[in-house]
Amino acid sequence: MTQGTPDIEALIELMARLPGLGPRSARRAVLHLIKKRTVQLLPLAEALHKVGTTARECARCGNIGTGDLCDICTDPRRANGEICVVEDVADLWAMERSGVFKGRYHVLGGTLSALDAVGPEELRIPRLLDRIAEENVSEVILALGATIDGQTTAHYIADQLPEVRVTSLAQGVPVGGELDYLDDGTISAALKARKSF
Amino acid sequence: MIDWRDQGVLLAVRKHGETSVIIEVFTPTQGRAAGIVRGGAGRRLGPILQPGAQLDVEWKARLEAHLGSFTVEPIRSRAALVMSERQALDGLSAVCSILSICLPEREPHAPLYERTVDLLDLLGHSDLWPLAYLQWEMALLEELGYGLDLSACAATGVNEDLSFISPKSGRAVSREGAGAWADRLLPLPPVMKGEGEAHDPEIAVALGTTGFFLEHRLLAALGRKALPAARQRLIARLAARNI
Repeated sequence: MTQGTPDIEALIELMARLPGLGPRSARRAVLHLIKKRTVQLLPLAEALHKVGTTARECARCGNIGTGDLCDICTDPRRANGEICVVEDVADLWAMERSGVFKGRYHVLGGTLSALDAVGPEELRIPRLLDRIAEENVSEVILALGATIDGQTTAHYIADQLPEVRVTSLAQGVPVGGELDYLDDGTISAALKARKSF
Repeated sequence: MIDWRDQGVLLAVRKHGETSVIIEVFTPTQGRAAGIVRGGAGRRLGPILQPGAQLDVEWKARLEAHLGSFTVEPIRSRAALVMSERQALDGLSAVCSILSICLPEREPHAPLYERTVDLLDLLGHSDLWPLAYLQWEMALLEELGYGLDLSACAATGVNEDLSFISPKSGRAVSREGAGAWADRLLPLPPVMKGEGEAHDPEIAVALGTTGFFLEHRLLAALGRKALPAARQRLIARLAARNI
């Protein structure tokens, strides 16, 4: 229990719901923000308000932007005929951090799941098929998780696209990984995908 | 503190909070058991906790009614072996999700466990697997009290020319016994009686029959509606295969 006002209590409660924060860390964060009112609290509040009013899902790819279409979809340089299919916006951001992929994306919003009864209609798979028909796509890169659900989704999408080149990310030893610490599944996937050296 | 240790097949993984997962494991002595794995969503345990994995598990709880927590050690992974094979992937998903949906919690089914482990170990063998899967579904129905009686015709008592199954009783019916009711009965392909060549399209028909009893008897009794989509995709692939 803090000694703050109801407003501060409400802020702590809201902060405590954020990923990575609990009640105690939320309290510390709020106290810190209040102490740094002008340099952190007010700019944060302003940024939150701005994002809250402008952020929306891109109508084409499912990325988060501030207009109907996101920056990637409106950039003509990224219309190179490649679409990278990812599960979530966080995966798109991870791909963008690498700076390697220069095409466009399609965010599915999840994966097919037998257990949770998630079917193709619950994901943006029909929209992906429409895009491929509309956008002169030469290659679809499936950047989905190396999980049962991720790969089931990848196979399902590949089955729907007989006319387009479909590729997927490689699976194997991560950069900086040591074999001794890898699980047997990763080692066997890496061995299956070995290449000439 | 109550605890037990066993080997088991991982059936399902659901995220719990940011770093933990709730898993369901099928073990020979405890049946389907659930519990939390702390750190299960992390980099170390994430690759291990894939459905179908064979695990050594230790379950602990303060009271038996509690959810409890697991500590897990991997024995072998099956997911990595099937990632690139559509049929095997759908098969693995179907087996794990059907068991997760159908098995009562904490009720041992040791014979079904043994059959499940044998079936999952066959996953890479695409020529043997469809028949093994059909036999596993029939064993699942038997184990859970909805077994099919294919020994003799329910109408005439003969044990020849058995071509149908009654959707009501699950008993075989001969062509003669079916008479005008044949179109209301389910098909009984020879493969279900352990006869014939066991071609994939015939197995697909047989899975349609077992699917009826799974869906309309077993799942209906549990208040569930549909079988997993992975099973439907598996059947569609088998049905489309050329003999």
